[in-house]
Amino acid sequence: MTKTPPVEDWATDYDIFDAGYVKDPVPVWDKLREQCPIAHTERWGGSWLPTSYEDMQAFVRMVPALSSRDPLVVSESKEEMEFDPILDEYGNKAPPITSDPPEHIPMRRLILPLFTPKAVEPYRPFAEKLCHGLIDGFIAKGTCDAALDYAVHIPAKTIAHVIGVDSERSDEFVGWVRGLLEEGMQDPAKRIKYRGIIRQFFGELVDARKANPRDDLVSRLLAQEIDGQPIARKAVVGMCNLLLVAGIDTTWSSISSALWHFSTHPEDRRRLANEPELFPSAIEEMLRFYSPVTMAREVTEETRAGDVTFMPGDKVLLNFPGANHDPAVFEDADKVILDRAKNRHIAFGIGSHRCAGSNLARMEMDVALRVWFERIPEFELTDPGAVTWAGGQVRGPRHLPFRFPV
Amino acid sequence: MRVRVNADKCEGHNRCCALAPELFDVDDYGTATALNGGEVPVALEAKAKLAVENCPEYAIEYVRDGGEQDK
Ligand code: HEM
Ligand code: SF4
Repeated sequence: MTKTPPVEDWATDYDIFDAGYVKDPVPVWDKLREQCPIAHTERWGGSWLPTSYEDMQAFVRMVPALSSRDPLVVSESKEEMEFDPILDEYGNKAPPITSDPPEHIPMRRLILPLFTPKAVEPYRPFAEKLCHGLIDGFIAKGTCDAALDYAVHIPAKTIAHVIGVDSERSDEFVGWVRGLLEEGMQDPAKRIKYRGIIRQFFGELVDARKANPRDDLVSRLLAQEIDGQPIARKAVVGMCNLLLVAGIDTTWSSISSALWHFSTHPEDRRRLANEPELFPSAIEEMLRFYSPVTMAREVTEETRAGDVTFMPGDKVLLNFPGANHDPAVFEDADKVILDRAKNRHIAFGIGSHRCAGSNLARMEMDVALRVWFERIPEFELTDPGAVTWAGGQVRGPRHLPFRFPV
Repeated sequence: MRVRVNADKCEGHNRCCALAPELFDVDDYGTATALNGGEVPVALEAKAKLAVENCPEYAIEYVRDGGEQDK
């Protein structure tokens, strides 16, 4: 990580990449919510950080004053945009996540039917076989890196399967997405490099499916129309790019966070192992407590919010993870309660941009955790100091050295 | 007890269908509807409450007896 000066005042100078914050942001959110519920910083291009649930509910609905045209937590600089050769051919849009009305809903409606609960259920056997295969690879050793040997492969291989590309390429996908969303947030050169690789890959895939349609997602997207017009190549490439980028780091993080939790909280681990009927509520609680995704909006009109005024060009972070720890909405908000009955968490966002892949992500989490607990009900960290976390746009553990009885 | 889904608020999180599949269904574009005109049999009242309390959009409403018809 790039070195930045330590934070002295979180209300006026927060740093979303501060190592301590990335590891455990909850105390910062709790303090800010009480003292300065919409914090500000000039770091990383400048942004506002709201922490209350109520503000997040309100801000997602302020469209287009808070626009989705730039949803990254760290914006591209002008120099970066001018320098990037890929933008001429493909642009930098990833509909529907970068869309506002009126473009947004038609684009979103192309994707939604492909990810309904019924549409994702047929991928369950694939995910189950995948998880068992991964565990077969290390169970005899009694050790593994649960983030790198297990969790990461589940969304990467599943989304490759869903999009209709060779799942052998999924390791490359992971490298590309991390290059863009993790290293790339602090290093424009990396972002340009990986954005280029991903767009080019899907550009070629789209051309191949246009010439020879198959029974897969890309061909299905190409066959659709908006107002009688086929969808522009750029937009299909942007959409495929989004499915890859939005689906891997996010779900990887949520599976890894859950495994981290159970490795460090043996009483919860034993409880879930003994009461498998708790899986549905436990998964929602993991999503709430360890929400991986922070989005951003670009201010397009002067907007009053509480005691502050957002000015055009400002960036507002949609701190869904922080909102999910708001004691105004969640009882014992900073406690994990596996059978929490009332849980209106917003880990998948809210409003018109609600995660289009949430049903797929939930299915993957369900399979990943059930298969893990079935095969390895007892496990612990070998070295808590070796655990690393990524943060910023997507937060979650990236190394989880585990041991378990053979 | 009767419930209804406010289609203007519903964004298709599917929490309702997951928690109470007997009471809710969701279409291809992620808009939920209450089944059976929203009528909730006594045996399913607890499930209806769960659905109401887990909808992140606050889109599911109780309809009071004698209240206005759903659509
Ligand atoms: C646990 C895993 C995941 C989490 C926490 C998550 C979170 C989110 C969030 C918070 C948003 C809202 C964006 C905004 O308001 O600007 C979003 C949007 C989106 N996600 Fe996910 N996501 C996950 C997995 C997935 C997967 C597996 C896919 C792919 C199939 C996916 C595809 C999308 C798409 C296409 C959008 C854009 C929807 C729109 O703008 O209309 N996500 N996600
Ligand atoms: S939980 Fe709420 S938002 Fe989600 S589908 Fe049901 S009614 Fe709609």
